[in-house]
Formats: sequence, C-alpha cells, structure tokens
Amino acid sequence: MRTDLPRTKRLFAALAVTALTVVAGAKAQAADIELNLYSYRQPFLIKPLTDAFTKETGIKVNTVFAKKGMLEKIKAAGDNSPADAVVTVDIGRLYALKEAGVLQSIKSDVLEKNIPAHFRDPEGMWYGLTSRARVVLVSKERVKPGEIKTLEDLADPKFKGKICTRSGKHAYNVALIASMIAHHGEEAAEKWLDGVKANLARKPQGNDRAQAKAVYEGVCDIALSNSYYMGKMMTNDKKPEQKEWANAVRLTYLNQDGRGNHMNISGAAVTKSAKHKEAAVKLLEFLSSDEAQRIYAEDNQEYPVKPGIPFSKVVKSWGDFKVDTLSLEKIAKLRPAASRLVDKVGFDDGPGS
Amino acid sequence: MSHPTAVADRPATRALSRFLPSDRWGIATLVVALFVATPLIAVAIIALTPAPDIWKHLYNTVLFGYVRRTVTLMFGIGLGTFILGTGTAWLVTMCRFPGRGFFNWALILPLAVPTYILAFVFTDQLEYAGAVQVALRDMFGWRNRQDYWFPEIRSMGGAITVMTLVLYPYVYLLARAAFLEQSVCVIEVSRTLGKNAWQSFWHVALPLARPAIVVGMTLAMMEALNDFGTVDFFGVRTFTAGIYDVWLNMDSISGAAQLAAVLMIFVIALIMLERSARRGQKYHHTSTKMQALPGYKLRGARAGLAIAFCALPIVLGFILPAMVLLSYSVVFFDVALKANFLTITLNSLTLSFGAAVAAVGIGLVLAYGLRMGSGPLPRAAVRFASVGYAVPGAVLAIGVIIPLAKFDNAIDALSSQLFGVSPGLLFSGTVVAILYGYLARFLALSFGTVEAGLGKVSRNMDGAARTLGATPFQTMARVHFPLVRTSLMTAGLLVFVDCMKELPITIILRPFGYDTLATFVFQYASDELFEESALGALTIVAAGLIPVAILALTTLRSRPGHATGSCSA
Repeated sequence: MRTDLPRTKRLFAALAVTALTVVAGAKAQAADIELNLYSYRQPFLIKPLTDAFTKETGIKVNTVFAKKGMLEKIKAAGDNSPADAVVTVDIGRLYALKEAGVLQSIKSDVLEKNIPAHFRDPEGMWYGLTSRARVVLVSKERVKPGEIKTLEDLADPKFKGKICTRSGKHAYNVALIASMIAHHGEEAAEKWLDGVKANLARKPQGNDRAQAKAVYEGVCDIALSNSYYMGKMMTNDKKPEQKEWANAVRLTYLNQDGRGNHMNISGAAVTKSAKHKEAAVKLLEFLSSDEAQRIYAEDNQEYPVKPGIPFSKVVKSWGDFKVDTLSLEKIAKLRPAASRLVDKVGFDDGPGS
Repeated sequence: MSHPTAVADRPATRALSRFLPSDRWGIATLVVALFVATPLIAVAIIALTPAPDIWKHLYNTVLFGYVRRTVTLMFGIGLGTFILGTGTAWLVTMCRFPGRGFFNWALILPLAVPTYILAFVFTDQLEYAGAVQVALRDMFGWRNRQDYWFPEIRSMGGAITVMTLVLYPYVYLLARAAFLEQSVCVIEVSRTLGKNAWQSFWHVALPLARPAIVVGMTLAMMEALNDFGTVDFFGVRTFTAGIYDVWLNMDSISGAAQLAAVLMIFVIALIMLERSARRGQKYHHTSTKMQALPGYKLRGARAGLAIAFCALPIVLGFILPAMVLLSYSVVFFDVALKANFLTITLNSLTLSFGAAVAAVGIGLVLAYGLRMGSGPLPRAAVRFASVGYAVPGAVLAIGVIIPLAKFDNAIDALSSQLFGVSPGLLFSGTVVAILYGYLARFLALSFGTVEAGLGKVSRNMDGAARTLGATPFQTMARVHFPLVRTSLMTAGLLVFVDCMKELPITIILRPFGYDTLATFVFQYASDELFEESALGALTIVAAGLIPVAILALTTLRSRPGHATGSCSA
C-alpha cells in the first residue's frame, strides 16, 4: 500500500508526458509538409519515384505498403485519417476505394493533359498511371505463330492440357474474366471459362513468372501473364535463369483483329481526408510527368499512360498492338460476377475435376 | 488463542475475504477478457450486416470444398504435430541416447522459421526445376516429366508437411514440460504393476499430459485455420481463402466477417467438445517426490531410430531453410543494406518483446482468475477471447482498427472541443494498434500455456496458502508464480517468436514508414522474390534463437523438486 500512491502518480506523469509528446509531434508534422502515401505496390517499386518527387519538390513522402485492409483503415479513421494519397495496382482496388467514398475528386489540367480519358475516372476520383496487357506467353518450340489469336481460343479443345495460369481468383485473372463477361455476357463467359479449365495443364498455382517457367520446363505450352513480367524476366541479370524462361516463350497479344488486348492499370488517387491535398495532387501530377513515366517504362517494363513517352527497348521489341478500350469501371463492377464464375466452374480445382 | 477478538472476527472476515477478492478477480477477469476480445466482437458486429446472396453462392459452389480442405488440413496438422511433438518430447525426457542433450533444445528451433519461408524453400528444392528432381534426372537419365513420377509439392500434402514441421514445437514444448513435471513415481508404479515402457507411455504418461498436448495441438490447428500465405502458395483453397475472396473480389466485408464468425463458432465448438470429453478428470500430482528421471537406455538400432526421429524435423524444419536462406543472403545482402535494416530489426525485437510481456501478464491474470472460480461469464469471455488465434490476421486487424479508430476519434473530438488541440489518432495510428492486434491474436498462446501449467498445480496448494492467510494475489505471486515459471517462460517465448513472424496484422496496423522484419520480407516475398528477402528472413530466424537459448539455459535444465527422495514415501 505504501508504494501505491507514488506509483499511480508516476504513471499519470508518464501518461501526460506521452500524450504531450504525441500532440507536439502531430503539430510539428503539420509545419513542414510530409505526404502520407498508402501503397498497394511494393515499396522497392515505388521508392525510385517518390525519391525523384522529393528531390524535385522538397516534399517528403512516407509510404506504407499493404495489399489488403487499407480501405477499411482509411474508412475507420474518417476525417482523422493520416493518408493523403493511395497508389494501387489493378482497377479493382481503385474502384472499391471510390465506392467506399474515401476518395475526392481532383481537377487538374496537368493530369487531364497527361492521362488519356479512358485511363482515368470520369469524375476525377482516380487516375491511371501505367497500363499493362494480360497476354499469353507461348512456347517458341511447340506453338506456331498465329496458332492462338484470341482469348476465346484459350477454350478451344485443341489446346487441351496445354494451358498454365495462376489462380483464377487473382485480381489480374478476375479482371480478365470480367472483361469476357462485359463482351459476351455471363452465360457465354461461363462456358468459355469452363473450356479454359478443361484445357489447363495443371491446377492453377504460382505467380505469372512461374507460368513462363512451366512452359520452359515443358509442363505446358501457353501461359497467361501480365506483359511486364516478360520484360522483367528478359532483363533479370541477377537471376539469369529467368532469361532462359523468357527465351523459351514468345509474347503474343490477343484479339488483335478484333477488340484488342485486355488491359489493366496501376493508378493513384487522393483521399477525401487528405491533410495535404495540394501536395497530393502535386504527387499525382509528378507521377504522370515525363520523368516519372520514363521510370515506370524503364524500371518496371509497363506501358506509360502519357502519350509520346517511349516504351522500353524490350517492350518495343514486342511490336505495337491494339488495346481493348473497354471501360475500366465496367470491368471493376463485374469483378464480383467474375469471381463467382471462378467458383461456379471450379476453375481453381484444376483440370479433370 | 491469546487474542480472543481475532478469533471472534475470523469467520466474518474469512467469509468476506473469500467473497470479495474472488469477486474482484471475477470482475478483473471479465474486463480484461472483454478488452482482448473487442476486435472479435467488432468482427461479429460487421457480420451482422446481411449478405445472403454470398452464402447461397458459396453453398452452391465452393463451400464444401473449403470445409473439406480446411478439415483435412487441420486433421493432418493435428496428427503430424502430435506424432512429432509428443514422440520427440517423450524420447528426450524419458530416454537416454547419444545426442539427447542437443535434441532437447534443438527441437524448438523450427519454431523460429516463418511458415511461408519454409514453404518457399521446400518448393524451391522439390519442384521440377529444384535440386532434388534435377539430381534424380541426372542419376537415372530421365529427360522430362513424362519419364517419372514425383509428388507435387504444391498440394495439400505439401501444406500439411510444411506447416507440421514449423508447428510441432508447440506440442513438443508443452508435452515436454508436462512429462518433466510428472512425478516419475506414477510411471514407476505402472512399471511395477507389470506395464512395459510403451504401455506406461500410452496408459499413464500420455493421459496425464493430455491437457498440455491438447493445448499444443489446438494451437497448431488454429494456426492452420488462420493461415493464408502458405496455403495460397501451395494452391490449397481453404476457408481463409474464401474469406479473402468474398472480402476483396466480391466486395463484401460483411460476408467475409460472417465466414470468419462461422470459423470462430467452429473453433469454440471444438474446444468445448474436447473439454467435455475430459470433464471431471483431474491431472495434477499429489506427490512431490520427483526422483531423477529413470532414462530408458536405448542402444544400437533403437538409439539410431531415436536419433533419426529427432533429427528429421530439425534438419528439414531448421537446418535446410537456414542454409538456403544463408546462401541467398550472401548473394542478395545489398538489398537489405539499402533498407534501414538495423532499425527494422530493432522494431521487430521491441514490438515482439512488448507483446510477449503483455500477453504473458494478461494470460496469467486470466488463467488465475478462472482458477479462482469466477463463474460462467468471465469463463466464457476468456474462452471467446482466445479464439482470436484462429481468425485470419487481416480480418482481426480490421476488428482492431474499427473500435480503436472510433475511440481515437472520440478523444480527438473531445480534445478539440475542450482544449482546441487535435491529437489525431493516438492509438490506431501508432504501434499501440499493432500491440493490441498481437494481444488479440496471441492470447491463446500465452493463456493456453499458462493455464496448462497452472492446471498441474494441485489446488491443495491454493488451499494451504489461503489457510495460512495469504490473499489470492499473494498466493499467485508467491506460490503459483514460482511453480509455473517454466510455463510462463514458454508462453513468453511462443508469443515472442510468433510476433517476430507475424505479418497480416503488422502490415495493416503499422504507421507510415514503420517496417518490421516480416513486412520487409513480405514486400519481396509477395512478388515471389524470396532471394531478395533472404537476409530479413534469416534475421527473423536468428532472433528466434535468442529466446530459445534463454529457455535452453534456464528452464530446460531444471525440473521441479529435482532428485528429492524416493517414491516409497
């Protein structure tokens, strides 16, 4: 009992000091601008860009990376959310953020000039920064040029046991299936997906690179992949075995005689609760600038959205191609339906189930 | 008798002291349990928003597949950890064979290896392009896949193997402690009555250690329920995969919360089932005679088998991954150097240490509170709070962030109104949120371990201490605390190591610019760039060795009442 009183006092003192420090810290932060960025992209991908931004503007960028839970975190914090901006891959996340009402509409001449209309939200809630094509990587040895031309061909029985892909539930595949629903309706898309499943060489597994590797190993002949992975494998000096995988396959754009190849984007948005809106807009504008768009193209082998910025040398070697200009918002809205189709046909159970 | 007034007072004070303190413990237990369970309650509240079409869809399509695979995974891991954990624990405590002293502590080592890292290493070695199959092809002249058969590592079997290798130390640690704390006398009695060593194990030692073993297996199986990274990597779609799919692809957080709620109910039912199966059985020892363990001497082939059985999980679960990580770390060490590696490591260590201390403290309060017999309500609250371990981390993180942000916003509004100062997010925006998440997740680890330890202390001890005038708190501090020191150390070790590896909660709840070893590893691992993450993963493993060493040096050596007297007394 003797020690109780001072201990309580000490505890209160400690609490008071802590509270004061936190408050003082919050005040100090407001003085010089530091931008808080939620990133669905890996920090090592985003850092060269934020570093360049800091160098140009003097605005420091604090990044935190996560693949899920960001939306709920921003929503729960409400007006007090420290997040100023969000960068994501895949249209699905951008759309979900918009639907949750945690973004704000941005009007910027720079952004409108740099980013073509079909790569940004009509209300200015989000802006696409790079685009990527979901393509097939086919065996140079076993698949003749022109043998596979469309997404629809993937369901052709002649490719039985020849196709490899990652999980049908991965965001990239869900978006691809959503685009099939948008073009052909749900029923036809289901029949198609069932056909693709029957053609699988193995149960869906691994990431996109692993599919190219499987073609190299002779497990399958056709691999679904995002375009930039091919570029990254081709230029991987640290893991030269990936160059061999890339060397075994040929990147093939699909639906070139028709609607064009299915596209997805990585993008960015400003949160509704942004404490540094101006700086956040500045960051988005910077990310759409020549300098940043070049970094995206060269470092990550993606297609810059800004017209006139050249593709990387590797990407150029695949030639020009026609893109599917289907509205990204439409794709995003059809994601739940696409995900259900994956369940319905039991896509991830693999062939013969 | 020389103070008549005291005698007159005694019945009344005793009645009061028996009622009041136990009531206080009851209230404290309830409040603390509810505090830890708040994130789970938040998830349950999200689940209240209806999402009927989701259920119909799942029921018609994948629900049974999810359930079948989840149950298979749980059963496989339960069986695997039981065989490995109990078998090795029995060998090192009761038998004498070359290397026993080494195995005694080394068997804990795989605990320090994150499951997703082991999953990667196994795939790396065992897939078609891996070292094993390449060597086989060279040896037998096979040219391609069609020439031979090899088990597919990315499968249910692969997932069970990998998770068992990382999780069996739970069972090992608890079973080992239980075997050590058993009085040798009961085994000797059983031997005297004509049972052989195996029969003594099955009929006496094992049933006596059952509560501890069950706790270990429950922990391992709950880990199987909450895991996403490993099963996803192996392409095994369990219930957790379904939760994430409904949440992120079907845009239904309430549907996901409902699935998580079903998971919680399932776990509670399982725990209750097991408890009712051994209701009325008491497991503590009345004899304090703890002779030196007899040590069945193993020779020749039997010793060889024992060595092989103990070495296998260490080689596969620790040495192999450590070697692979080491070799990658050498090539890719610059990746780690570029990051602020020292700060990241310190962050991990301090967070995990803080969480371990908090979890053990709270675990002790709750376990002791229940021992004091605080009635059904606190009991139910504690059981519920420890279900957090079975809930997928990301879902639990949402359960943490929602109430905490509400609380922060209320404080912020109040402070702005009263003082004109806006403190912002005091808790949800700081590491406090991560600590809270760890507590909500790992309470089962600390509480389960402490409770198992307390369960072995005879209630006669409490009675004796209380009769001698000690308060419940004094009884805990002076009687139970020293007696269950081993269990407390074990609990702290488990929580520490698990926090070092923890990913989904850390990644969602951390403040801006705050990295731990696990998040550092994840940013590469999420892109399947495991080589780049090797040094981070290796550091997690190395940091896990610290508590293992402490445990080896202190508690592993000692036995309560070591070598005092014979059984005849």
